[in-house]
Amino acid sequence: MLNIGPYSFHSRLMLGTGKYPDFDIQKQAVDVSGTEILTFSVRRMNIFEPSQPNFLEKIEVEKFKLLPNTAGASTAEEAVRIAKLAKASGLCDMIKVEVIGDAKTLLPDPVETLKATEELLAEGFIVLPYTSDDVLLAKRLQDLGVHAIMPGASPIGSGQGIINPLNLSFIIEQATVPVIVDAGIGTPSDAAIAMEMGADGVLLNTAVSGAKDPVKMAQAMKLGIEAGRLGYEAGRIPKKRYATASSPTEGLSTV
Amino acid sequence: MKLHINGENVEVPSSISSVTELLAHFELQDKVVIVELNHDILQKENHAQTNVSDGDRIEIVHFVGGG
Repeated sequence: MLNIGPYSFHSRLMLGTGKYPDFDIQKQAVDVSGTEILTFSVRRMNIFEPSQPNFLEKIEVEKFKLLPNTAGASTAEEAVRIAKLAKASGLCDMIKVEVIGDAKTLLPDPVETLKATEELLAEGFIVLPYTSDDVLLAKRLQDLGVHAIMPGASPIGSGQGIINPLNLSFIIEQATVPVIVDAGIGTPSDAAIAMEMGADGVLLNTAVSGAKDPVKMAQAMKLGIEAGRLGYEAGRIPKKRYATASSPTEGLSTV
Repeated sequence: MKLHINGENVEVPSSISSVTELLAHFELQDKVVIVELNHDILQKENHAQTNVSDGDRIEIVHFVGGG
């Protein structure tokens, strides 16, 4: 089980809801992924188009925990406002703090992320900050009392996979709260590696929504995460420099 | 009555007095929407007893797809 704040989840996959080809494919992808946590963004509504469909209306909302993000915020103040807007929906009390510091790399602003996190914790939110793979920043966030840490594997939407496995392993080793690898996952093996390293979960979006077949990729990610987790729990063998025979060396029949 | 909604000047009937009525006017009563009135974020249960008046600055937001 994955425990975040007061909530427990069977699935270790958190799925983003952006950029799917259409709602039908998206719904199928969500279903086969087995996810119990869906992320959303908060945006202005087009009030003159009330009939515009919304993905929330396509799913049984009560079956999922909603994890709104503060994407679009570049300061702590903006992030806190978006978080409060999301909570006022009455649908959620978890928030993914996402304070972007740079438009090209979409890397998080560490100082503003820390400030927003501190304020939202004081307001009683279940806080999951999206952070870089900086080990000390992860520790500082943890010391504030976050409910999970979400280090990026690589830049958002880049599909580069885990580019700094050493830092990620340090973050996981020191963690006293769940570590969710967020952003940059491209393939099921990326997700599996994160889980093999001991991450508690993976959050991804583009890897599924942007795949040629998002439904199939959703299933692949589910299996990748499950395989990686099982491998982690099973405990891998140590790496050795030279071969070790798996077949017996004794009793060899010779001619 | 003139309101400033989502950054635009919008004229609405002056018979509208509450946030609930404003949402109904735009046929948003069954939607998941969050309303901010003059920088105050409103809880859903307070929509009915919160009044709107001429010149108010209103943000109406909702959840969209995102990662």
